Amino acid sequence: MESRENIARMLGLPVAEVNEKIAGYEKRGIIRGYQALLDEDQLDLDKVTAVIEVKVTPQREGGFDTIAERISGFPEVSSSYLMSGAYDLLLFVEGRTLREVAAFVSERLSPLEGVLSTSTHFMLKTYKRFGVSMNGPKPDERLTISA
Amino acid sequence: MDQNPMSGLRSLRDRLNVTVRDIPRSGIRDFFDIVSTMKDVVSLGIGEPDFDTPWHVRESTMFALERGATHYTSNLGYLELRKALSLYVKKTFGAEYHPETEILVTVGVSEALDLALRALLNPGDEVIYHEPCYVSYRATILFAHGVPKAVETRAENGFRLTRAMLEAQATPRTKVLMLNFPNNPTGAVMASEELAAVAAFARERDLIVISDEIYAELTYDRPHESIVSLPGLRERTIFLHGFSKAWAMTGFRLGYACGPPELIEAMMKIHQYTMLCASSLSQKAALEALVRPDSDISGMVEEYRRRRNYISAALTDMGLPCHRPLGAFYAFPNVSKIGISAKEFALELLKHEKVAVVPGTAFGDCGEGFVRCAYATSMPNIKEAMVRLARFVKRL
Repeated sequence: MESRENIARMLGLPVAEVNEKIAGYEKRGIIRGYQALLDEDQLDLDKVTAVIEVKVTPQREGGFDTIAERISGFPEVSSSYLMSGAYDLLLFVEGRTLREVAAFVSERLSPLEGVLSTSTHFMLKTYKRFGVSMNGPKPDERLTISA
Repeated sequence: MDQNPMSGLRSLRDRLNVTVRDIPRSGIRDFFDIVSTMKDVVSLGIGEPDFDTPWHVRESTMFALERGATHYTSNLGYLELRKALSLYVKKTFGAEYHPETEILVTVGVSEALDLALRALLNPGDEVIYHEPCYVSYRATILFAHGVPKAVETRAENGFRLTRAMLEAQATPRTKVLMLNFPNNPTGAVMASEELAAVAAFARERDLIVISDEIYAELTYDRPHESIVSLPGLRERTIFLHGFSKAWAMTGFRLGYACGPPELIEAMMKIHQYTMLCASSLSQKAALEALVRPDSDISGMVEEYRRRRNYISAALTDMGLPCHRPLGAFYAFPNVSKIGISAKEFALELLKHEKVAVVPGTAFGDCGEGFVRCAYATSMPNIKEAMVRLARFVKRL
């Protein structure tokens, strides 16, 4: 991770001001955390990821939020979004095996009151994540010195 | 009997055109030959963006290839492209050019510069330009049989040009004033009042101005101001620009010249007989680049600004004085306190720390005591280079 000193240099600000701003962002919940961006395909993990489209019935009070928060409470759900279009919620669900994820869908998710239907897609390969290509850095094709 | 098939052949070197023979090849070239034999060099010597050409530009070039845009174009370039250029130049630089008669699409700004000088100069005509400058200027003036008159810009003045400097070089034979701001290799940008004074000089001396504004979009503290937007300058200026730097399209080799019809027509004649037209695919790529220029460029400018801030602070911290570069992607620190020449500094730095910088003398004699550090390379590379450079400076 970029050191505070380097961030200050790049922005042309004093380090104290950078520290103060970051602390403020953390306090206000604008910065929610820091994570390493992994190329999981290289790690040979016992892990499968499914993308699940869920149709739900919005509730009289709370709309989509109540059911979305109930679903998001499961630790298997790594991300969840409310979507426009043919379905309502998009979930990223992680498990050790295909069977484990299937069990989560059939035993936990589908039976929830308000869940109308689900459609599960298993992820096969990652090409790009959070703007970063998983093909590794490309060799620099430029001449080493040019005018 | 004479068996040697080479006998009777006069030295080929003696038969070269004397102007070509006597111009040394670029100092950058010599340095490249040394660097290219070494491994694991961190290079701050590269004068082109490290960013890839925006994907939509590359993708649309593939589409153009599929669609068969593989034929000659008009000598001036596709009219559709010239129309888009006209709009862009008006919006960005504040001067309007007619797409049919006042814009010529060229093979990079280098060709446009050569065309402009060849179209204007008679043997003995003098051209005022400022050093340190891009490596080709002096040679291109000489190839066009002109007389190069260099004005030395100085670090204490932010490598900007003043009217007094120009007056000192002006003679009755002065015909052309060449400008390049933002500047390679110094990163200098002119202040408004200085640009106005230079414009007044050109007007009062009735000079033709050739303004190479290839780095115009890459400014970090204030927007670029073009000399063509000043009163009385549009009608005496050949404005040069291209896609290499701001759109990261160096290999496409696409530039353009805007100017009064008589000058563009003269340049077009040389272009017609030597180049015919710029690459059709590159022209299609340029047209696509102009459709969404702001979003492509702004992200790169942000990143260059961060790097500029970082490298300026790092150089200052290690005790190498460096004027604050306001544009392009070069820092030009003063290394003279080390007590060796710029070339020796660059060679020793390469040998001991495997960091490549370009000696300032590659950009004119007054670049002695300076080196060019390009920050068109990744932040990790810049940081590593600064660690090694600091270690090198400390040891000397």
